[in-house]
Amino acid sequence: MLRDITIGQYYPADSVIHRLDPRTKLMAAMLYILSLFIFRGWAGFAAVTLALVLVIALSKVPFAYMVRGLKPIAVILVITILFNLFLTPGVPLVEFWKLSISWQGLKNAGFMTVRLIYLILGSSVLTLTTTPNQLTDGMEQSLKPLNRLHIPVHEISMMMSIALRFIPILIEETDKIMKAQLARGADFESGNLIKKAKSMVPLLVPLFISAFRRANDLAMAMEARCYHGGEGRTKMKPLRYKKADGAAYLLSAAYLAGVIALRIIL
Amino acid sequence: MSIILDKVNYVYSQNTAYEIQALKNINLKIEDGEFIGVIGHTGSGKSTLIQHLNGLMRATSGGIYYNGQDIYEEDYDRKKLRGKVGLVFQYPEHQLFETTIFADVSFGPKNQGFSKKEAELKAFTALRSVGLAEDYWYRSPFELSGGQKRRVAIAGVLAMEPEVLILDEPTAGLDPKGRDEILDQVAKLHEERRMTIVLVSHSMEDVAKYVKRLIVMNQGSVMLDGTPGEVFAHYQELEAVGLAAPQVAYLMHDLRKHGILAQGTATTLEEAKEAILQAFKK
Ligand SMILES: Nc1ncnc2c1ncn2[C@@H]1O[C@H](COP(=O)(O)OP(=O)(O)OP(=O)(O)O)[C@@H](O)[C@H]1O
Ligand SMILES: [Mg+2]
Repeated sequence: MLRDITIGQYYPADSVIHRLDPRTKLMAAMLYILSLFIFRGWAGFAAVTLALVLVIALSKVPFAYMVRGLKPIAVILVITILFNLFLTPGVPLVEFWKLSISWQGLKNAGFMTVRLIYLILGSSVLTLTTTPNQLTDGMEQSLKPLNRLHIPVHEISMMMSIALRFIPILIEETDKIMKAQLARGADFESGNLIKKAKSMVPLLVPLFISAFRRANDLAMAMEARCYHGGEGRTKMKPLRYKKADGAAYLLSAAYLAGVIALRIIL
Repeated sequence: MSIILDKVNYVYSQNTAYEIQALKNINLKIEDGEFIGVIGHTGSGKSTLIQHLNGLMRATSGGIYYNGQDIYEEDYDRKKLRGKVGLVFQYPEHQLFETTIFADVSFGPKNQGFSKKEAELKAFTALRSVGLAEDYWYRSPFELSGGQKRRVAIAGVLAMEPEVLILDEPTAGLDPKGRDEILDQVAKLHEERRMTIVLVSHSMEDVAKYVKRLIVMNQGSVMLDGTPGEVFAHYQELEAVGLAAPQVAYLMHDLRKHGILAQGTATTLEEAKEAILQAFKK
């Protein structure tokens, strides 16, 4: 059950997308998200769909695996659909009780849903094809100019990469603790809200203790290896752009220009 | 009374890139009152196997029967099963959470629906039988040493008065004295209460000393199953999969080869001593 969480998970495969530089992928993902808010009308819709389908196909990540990442946002999706459906003014198509649905509302709800779903899918292409390490490396490199404003870019990205790395570890740990308590007859499912909250204590106490212990161990291990932040630190695998990255930048720019052009012309 | 595993398979993360078949077609019958050892190299599926015995993990395919009843049946009470087949996990840190040791050990019986009084009585008996000194009982479980935590974890499961006790590497990380103490307590439970025991271990010596039946796991399958003597006779196969028979088994083999001993499949130091003395008396 806990294993359905796919945030920050990497899907190992050997594809063109996997091999791209993380900076390229970050930029492309950002351009794609931008295009989702620019596109209008059916032609624009076709363009963003085509781009997404193409990239997913290239990434070699099974589509079913991607869709699993949509589960957590199902509630948000439903709320968005309902609001757009009922609260958009226009000529009513159907009317019942005090509510009415207009053609405009239907269209808005449809496009909003598409935007949200594509947004999640687009960004999960990025996380599924990039290891957390690469991702934070890419982020650190791209945000470097902010260093001049005294923003601790290295520290922030280090924190992010540790947090990402710990998600699967903590999920696994939760799973193990849950089993150990189930073996002692614990019940995490039945009962009312208060009883359920109480039943979490045997799970949360060992989990917190273990998380603190891990954090402590990690800090010690980092200090033992003389970690002292980002200053003067070099990389074992410095990021280097390859030919494919240039092509990817060009394609993304062309794509964004295309979507903007479609919006202006049509 | 028995546990039967019928063609049990288990696959982790099925239908993803991380798919691993951890159990392959396991057929086993565990009789009442047996003392069984499970050994195997790291990642051979021991922990996965024992979590099936109390219904914590659901086999991908195959069936498990406890006392003749299919535990995967819709209306089978699996929560009750967990009280009957007690499982102590590898890491005691995963289950200790209460403010005092005593309260922690009463957690199991309380979940089984016993009153506070009854649960405390059971906790009392359980803590006694694992041999933890009474002045510790009202301390926090987090102040204990590794070996003491292990004892508290075992007591936490014993308090539910299981019919079968399964221990996943109860001696990992303990000094020889602590190891012997825990295993002696377990052996005592087996003898005095006729409790069925399944002991997962990495140590051949430990296993040879206590168990009456030995199951060797290799890459998710049962490779050997028999008395320690029978299993250690296959020491070459054991070596091929990265395990080794106890030193004594090698000694006995050499003695037999040189005609000093006629027969004998001693697996512990004591048995070997007996056999050698016998041979020289003649
Ligand atoms: N939660 C999990 N998710 C995915 N794979 C797992 C998980 N737990 C175990 N495995 C895999 O299943 C196989 C069997 O693991 P298992 O824990 O049963 O081995 P083990 O014999 O208990 O090893 P050890 O002696 O190290 O405790 C291993 O290959 C392991 O990598
Ligand atoms: Mg194990």
